[in-house]
Formats: sequence, C-alpha cells, structure tokens
Amino acid sequence: MSDIAPPAAAQPAPVESPWRRLVAEFAESRMALFGLGLLVVIVVTALAAPWVSPQNPYDLAQLDVMDSKLPPGAASATGGTYWLGTDDQGRDMLSGIFYGLRISLTVGVASTLFAVAIGLVFGLAAAYFGGWVDAVIMRIVDIQLSFPAILVALVLMATLGQGVGKIVVALVTVQWAYYARTIRSSALVERQKEYIEAAKVLALPQPRIVFRHLLPNCLPPLIVVATVQVAHAISLEATLSFLGLGLPITEPSLGLLISNGFQYLLSGKYWISFYPGVALLATIMAINLVADQMRDVLNPRLKR
Amino acid sequence: MLAYAIRRLGQSFFVLVVMSFLVFLGVFAIGNPIELLVNPQADEAERLRATVALGLDKPILEQYAIFLGHAAKGDLGRSFVFNVPAIQLILEKLPATIELALAAMVISVGLGIPLGLIAGLKPHSLVGRSIMALSIVGFSLPTFWVGLVLIMLFSVHLGWLPSNGRGETVMLLGIPVSFLTWDGLMHLAMPALNLALFKLSLLVRLTRAGTREAVLQDYVKFARAKGLGPGRVIGVHVLKNILVPIVTVIGLELGSLIGFAIVTESIFAWPGSGKLLIDSINLLDRPVIVAYLMVIVVLFIAINFAVDVLYSMLDPRVRLGSSSAAH
Amino acid sequence: MSAPLLEVDGLRMHFFTKAGVVKAVDDVSFRLERGKILGLVGESGSGKSMTGYSILGLVDAPGRIVAGRIALNGRDLTRLDEAAWRGLRGNRVAMIFQDPMMTLNPVLRIDTQMVEAVRAHHDVSREQALDRCREVLGRVGIASPDERLRAYPHQFSGGMRQRVAIAIALLNKPDLIIADEPTTALDVTIQGQILFEMQNLCRESGTGLIWITHDLSVVAGLADDVCVMYAGRVVESGSVDEILDRPLHPYTRGLLESVPSRNERGRPLRQIAGMTPSLLRLGEACAFRDRCSQAQPDCAAAPASSVPSAGRTLRCLHPASP
Repeated sequence: MSDIAPPAAAQPAPVESPWRRLVAEFAESRMALFGLGLLVVIVVTALAAPWVSPQNPYDLAQLDVMDSKLPPGAASATGGTYWLGTDDQGRDMLSGIFYGLRISLTVGVASTLFAVAIGLVFGLAAAYFGGWVDAVIMRIVDIQLSFPAILVALVLMATLGQGVGKIVVALVTVQWAYYARTIRSSALVERQKEYIEAAKVLALPQPRIVFRHLLPNCLPPLIVVATVQVAHAISLEATLSFLGLGLPITEPSLGLLISNGFQYLLSGKYWISFYPGVALLATIMAINLVADQMRDVLNPRLKR
Repeated sequence: MLAYAIRRLGQSFFVLVVMSFLVFLGVFAIGNPIELLVNPQADEAERLRATVALGLDKPILEQYAIFLGHAAKGDLGRSFVFNVPAIQLILEKLPATIELALAAMVISVGLGIPLGLIAGLKPHSLVGRSIMALSIVGFSLPTFWVGLVLIMLFSVHLGWLPSNGRGETVMLLGIPVSFLTWDGLMHLAMPALNLALFKLSLLVRLTRAGTREAVLQDYVKFARAKGLGPGRVIGVHVLKNILVPIVTVIGLELGSLIGFAIVTESIFAWPGSGKLLIDSINLLDRPVIVAYLMVIVVLFIAINFAVDVLYSMLDPRVRLGSSSAAH
Repeated sequence: MSAPLLEVDGLRMHFFTKAGVVKAVDDVSFRLERGKILGLVGESGSGKSMTGYSILGLVDAPGRIVAGRIALNGRDLTRLDEAAWRGLRGNRVAMIFQDPMMTLNPVLRIDTQMVEAVRAHHDVSREQALDRCREVLGRVGIASPDERLRAYPHQFSGGMRQRVAIAIALLNKPDLIIADEPTTALDVTIQGQILFEMQNLCRESGTGLIWITHDLSVVAGLADDVCVMYAGRVVESGSVDEILDRPLHPYTRGLLESVPSRNERGRPLRQIAGMTPSLLRLGEACAFRDRCSQAQPDCAAAPASSVPSAGRTLRCLHPASP
C-alpha cells in the first residue's frame, strides 16, 4: 500500500542502525549462516594449510612412490593415515586439497579485486561523463559480454601460456565488464537523484561528488556481483586448469588435482578426482549461499 | 523496425571486423607452428622454405590483409595438421556441438522454468526451498567435475551409459544427428545433462526471482479480481512478464553453452568443435583455431541479433523505440 | 424488506506473521444498498483496502478472515470455497485499484485483458466478448474502441488506463464495485471527470459502489454514506452529511480540520499530533487514545460501538459534542 497519508501520519523513525538491520536480516536464513560458517572454515584452512596439513605435498622428500594411488583410509609407510587416499605421486590428497584451496582462493580473490578496480573506474566514468565516453565504454562491455567467459579466457590462456599471473590477467579480462556494467547502471540511477543534483549545485569538486557521493551508493549491488564472481573465478580457473590451460603442474590448484585424477577414474580410483571436487564445490557453494542472502537483503524490490 | 535491423546489422559487421583482428592478433602470438610442422632434422633452408610457403615471413598487418581477403571468400586457411580447409573441419564438427548445446538447452528450459515457477509461487514451502537448495548446488558445481562424477556413477559404477563418443547417428536434412537413434540418445544423455546443469540452475533462479516479483504486482491481483483461475493468472499474466528477461538470458546462454561445450566435449570425448579447438590448441594448429573463433563470432552475432528481435516481439514497450523510458 | 446488496457484520481479518498477529480488519460492520455509494475513509494501514480485499476473497496468506459475515444479496461469502468465490470475482463483485499504471498487464494487449474477463464468466465467443468490450469502452468515454483494443497499456495515458480498468470492472454488469483510491494517482481534472462518471454509472445501473479513499473531500461530493476507519476498526459511520457536518469522533474531527478549505484561507491548518500506531502492538483499547485530546483514563478499555442517532455508529467513550 502506498496511500498518501494524511498530514500527521509520518513514518515511525528507525531506531536501529541500518548496518545492524542488515546483519539481522542476513541471519534470518539458516542456509546463509551455514554458508558463512563453511566459508570461514575453508578460508581459515587454506590460510593455515602449512600447519594443518599432514604432510607438505610439494616436498618431494616426504613423498613415497610406494604409497601412490592408495584408497582413502590407507595407512602410510610412516605410520600415518591417508584419510582421502593418495595420488599417482603418493601425495596425501588431504594435504594436496588444503594447499590447492590456497591457490584457488588466491586466484579467485586477486582476480576479482583487480577486475572490480578496473570495472569501477570505467563504470563510474561511463555514468558520470555520459556522451561518447559512455558510448565507447559500453560498446566494448557489450561486445565483451556477448562472448562466454570460458571461451575468451581459454583463448587468452592459449596465447599467454600457463601461470598464476597469467590466469589472473585472463580472469580480470573476462570479468571487468560485469562490474563496469553493474556500476554504471546503479550510478546512473543514483545520478538522477536529488542529492547529486544538490552536490552539483553546491559546486563541489567533481572527484568529491564521484567518490564521496556517487560511489558509496553504488556499492550494494557491486558487493553482491563481486561475491558471486569470486565463485565464478574460482570455478573458471579450475576449468582452465582441468583443460591443461590454467596453472602449471608446479602450482596445483583444485582444478589441476581433479584433472590429474581424471585418467584414473575409469579404473575406479575415484578419490583422486572426487575429493578435490568436493572441496571446490563446498567453496563455491559457500560463497553462493552468502551472496544469495546478501542479494535478498539488499534488494529493495522484495520489501513489502 | 527495418531501420533498426539495418543499424544492428551494421554494428554486427563492425564487431565482426574488430573481432577478426583481435582473433588474428591473439592467435598469431601462439607458439611457432614451424617448430611442429617441419621435421626436427630439417636444415635452416628447408625451415625458411616452409615459412615462406605458409606466408609466415610477411609483416603481421599484411598477413591480416591476406587473411581478410581470403576470409571474405569463405577461405579461412588450411589446417596445418590435417591439410584440409579449416572451415571444412569446423563445419564437420559443428553439428555435433550444436546438437549437444540444443539438447542441453531443452533440458534446462523444460525443467528450469516449471521448477522456478513452483519455487517462486511457494517460496517458503518445503518444495520451494528444496528446489532452491538444489539449484544452489547445481549453480555451484563445476561443470567438468560433474562430468567426472556422472561418468563415475553411470559408466563405471552402474554401467548404464557409455562414457564417450556420439554413438550411432542418422542423417537428418543431410546432417548427422544422435538423438534419433537409441544408441545415440544414450550417448547424448550424459553430456547433455552435464552441460545443462548450470543453465538449469540459472533458469530456476531467474524464473523464481521473476515470479516472486511478478506475483506482488498489482496486475496479478487485478487479474485475480477479474475472476481468472490460477492457470490463466500464472500461465499468461505471470509467465509472459517473466518470459521477457528469460528469453534474453536463454539466447545469450545458448552462446555460453556452445562455449562450455568445449569442457563437456573434452570429458565425454564428444566429437564436436570444442574438442577440435582443444586439440588444435595443443597441436598449435593456428588456422583451425582462427576458423573456430571466427565461426563462433558469426554464430554469436547471429544469436544476439535473433534475441533482440525476439525480445522486441515479447515486450511491446521496447517495440518501435516507444516513448516509455523504462529499461 | 429484502436483504441489502451488501452486509458486512463483525468482519475480522488478521495476518499471522512471525512477529505476531496483525489485526488488519478488526470487527468491521457496515451495509450498502443497491445503487448507493459508500465512502470508506482512513489513512494508510487503517485496514480500508484490506476490507475491500476481504469482500473479494483476495486475502493472501498469512492473512485470513477469522470471524464475521460478508453477505452479498443475503448470501454469506465467507463460507464459499475458492471456485465459488472465483465465480463472483469480476462477475458480481468487481474491483478497481489505485494505480492504473500497475493494474493493467504491460505485456498483454487491451483486448486480451478485456476478453478474458468476459470469458471467465460467460460461455461466449471471442467476437461476442469483443462486442461487449466495445460497448463498455464507449460507456467510459473511450473513443474509437476498435483501435484502442489492439493497443498495449503503455500507449495510454494514466487517465485512459484507469478508464480501461473501470471498463473491465463494468464488463459483467457487477452488483458491487469496490474502488480502491482509483483517482489518487491522477490529475485533478481527470479525477473530477472520473468521479462524476462513476457516480452516474452506478446510479443508472443500480450498482453499489464502495469508494476507498484517504481524502474526505472526495467522499463529500460522491458518497451517500461514510465509514471512517482507524487502525482496523470503524470508528464512526453515518450519512455523508451527518459525518461531515456533525463529526463525533475526535479522529474524524481531526481529519476534517486538516483539510484545507477555501473559505478559511490564511488560517493555519490543524494537524493530528502523533503517529499511526503499529497494528502489532494494539490491545483492546481505543487505538486513537495516544493522539486524542479528549482521552481519559477509561479509554484503555475496549470502546463498544454505540448508536448516537438513527443510522449512525460511533466507537468512542468521550465523543466531541456535536
């Protein structure tokens, strides 16, 4: 209902801060809290990998080829237990997964941060200056977004070769356009609003208007898109590594671990591919659960 | 409408030229094909002869001009590896990819829209919440890993479905297709499901979000106030409104399905153009890579064009660039 | 004496939310004769729209009618199943909504939206239904109906869209029309035209009309009777002249004094102090007492409905002297 209220009926003043309200609304979904908890566990595990892993999977001195392709739960030559089995090098899968998480998360977060920064600059420029600046930037964005990310990244990796830095470049290239578009559309909406007009009438300097007034109001949709895109970036990196076009064998991300086990799959040695995949799935799902609830909380259109 | 179409075609042509240059430039940087093509024992003179024969000694802009000239005549070079026209290789493999992508699209639309509607109409029910939970899992599953799990389950463990190839094909309008034979269908099932899973989840979420917003609208309440039954209110009033954004997404996602088919084809050894691309990248078969990308660019431009036309047909507000300022 | 067109008796419609029970409609009673117009007046959240939805059976979960009777031509609607209620909606009882920009489906042509309303209730061909549509569009003052039928809503102005919505309501010659602030979103001149036309249409066809509004000045020129609602309850009702000339409830007086009048230019407008109470925290007490200048300690008890004079009701222990 949106009746025009008679004179006296003002809205009740909000007592709690908006930040508190968002946190409370976020906590309403048990799924989202579960996702958040899972994400914290995953991030902490990845950060603490060298201390929590049973072995250092990249220290060749700790590997024993006699232990290769052991099933989950098998005992190691040194008396420990390979809870998730070993790969063809005799590497403990659990340790491999912990270290793989580090690489996957690093690539995902780093590429998202760079892509957000670039998208922010171009999106704000397009919205603020309009005219031909807007036309040129949005044309590029449109063309870029009409091609699937996987294809562009694949061709880029084929051109650039393997490596962490290179895959970040490829992921930034395929992602910046999303942010540019998100930022531009919310900035355009904000620009129409009175407070920007007021700031212009007050003749505040342009950078101040853009960064102090325009930017903070464009952030909520950006945060949601960026969260989802971290998950996408991780998935994309894993896919490229699986196809042999992502990371080199010296930096095994989760995707590379899965790829490594693919050849043993048909002979029933499922664990080499399966468990790194579960870790990948858990990571992406945790991020998506969190992003989903943030989207609902920040979407004013579902409020009634 | 006609002026709009002509302007769109002009833009498409511009995009095509720009993309062709980028593709050419990018692929030019991939390795030196001479290393692979010429016998390692060959002497310097022989290598030079091969370089000249392939036109690789000329400046890059000249190479591009030659490439453009040939491309205009439908000639995208010969495969270094197979020594047949690259475009012929692509066009031989493309039908398999398109069949796979369309099968995946049919699965995701056929399941995604009804499931999304149910979840959107009853967002707090057990069914609605289960659908959403599954869609989050589906959305989060990396395509290639699902492929592995499917093979593990249905081929290795249960032995129900074959894990690679297209199976038996029959000719339909001169194109070999799998879905008309039982064997082909069995081969198609897993790759198509694998490829569909992500889009299926995406469609469920989109349809649900659209439905949740649409049912709150006054026009839905007004339609009910007219005495219409739930079938007509949901099937016509709600569905037609949410279909507008969904059709756009379906169109754009068809392109992305063809892109992701690369992964699925690699896993299930589906003899399509995506697998050809990966093989060609590994073999540094430059003309095939270029030809693949050019064909994909043309395909995408065509899809985008079709989506725009369809979009304007579905949403009367965008038709004829009407006065409405929305969108 | 035959049954009146509509008789609402002790209607209670509550929303069962996680935060508690919201009594959106709390013991509402009124009656309406054929061809008469009832003004349902109140501010946002007073339950006036929800009363309208209840009469149409359009209350969605978590809302539910928990008590009371809604009798249309003597037949109690609250006992109907969904199919029977659907047979009434748009047929015997029609509704017009507030915002004409939102009530017509933007992606369907006008003819689709009109024909479906006819054919939902009558087994006629599309051509016959279209004939009826043209006739009704003509009656609401839309020229060249054939052309208009093929158009989409966005090709119409706001006033035109509301006329179309009114035409849709009239399609099946309903006994009762519920109009939920249909002129609030329109220009004043168009508002005047539509008010005038609605009044005529109802008088001619004997259709009863419930006009929901927050604007007493609209009611003054239109309605026969008035119900003033506050926080889910009818605080005062009676004929329009009685209520406007001799308001008894302090809230009604407050509303009247806050309407700008031409005769008293320059005089500062009065306003009702305080804010609308939250329906969640309402007890049995008079909901207006916190804002009421006449409030006494005994206002904390539930105010019963009294009959100060024939044809009037009042829910106040300390009414203003007339």
